[in-house]
Amino acid sequence: MLDTIILIVFAMIGLALLLNLWRLVVGPSVPDRILALDTMYINTIALIILYGMNMGTSLYFEAALLIALLGFVSTVAVCKYLLRGDIIE
Amino acid sequence: MGGVLVLVGSIGLVKMPDFFMRLHGPTKATTLGMACLLFAAMAHYSQYGDGLSLKEILISLFLLITAPISGYMLIKSAIHHRIDSTDKTTGKDKIEED
Repeated sequence: MLDTIILIVFAMIGLALLLNLWRLVVGPSVPDRILALDTMYINTIALIILYGMNMGTSLYFEAALLIALLGFVSTVAVCKYLLRGDIIE
Repeated sequence: MGGVLVLVGSIGLVKMPDFFMRLHGPTKATTLGMACLLFAAMAHYSQYGDGLSLKEILISLFLLITAPISGYMLIKSAIHHRIDSTDKTTGKDKIEED
């Protein structure tokens, strides 16, 4: 039961990642691409946590936390670059 | 449940006509979907792991704090670059020059 549900959610998040990748490639403007990249980070956290649940270990939470932190910092850095043309003034 | 909400967020990211509408999908639906998924993981590890598992609250709190900040920075850079929008987008007259 639980394995089936986890497989279905794997498929859903994979489809969501493909849609994000399409927006990342097509996206007409630069903020669109940053938004798609940020969403891809968040979906990757979901994938890692699901994989950890599937394997039955809780080793993957540190990796998920690291990816969350890196995604936030990179999004803010690229937005600062778009706003001012420089990251640290 | 969480998977459905994450998928809805990404479909919104693809289907919406302009950037200011497109921002709604990931900032709301995907954050809610991630919160649902993390609570599911917390229940799963509390049942099958050893004892009550509270590490997932850390990730969901971090996501709940940082998602509005990154959305705000994105919309600020979009306004700064004057991204063109469709006519149906409301609230354009409230945008001030920075």
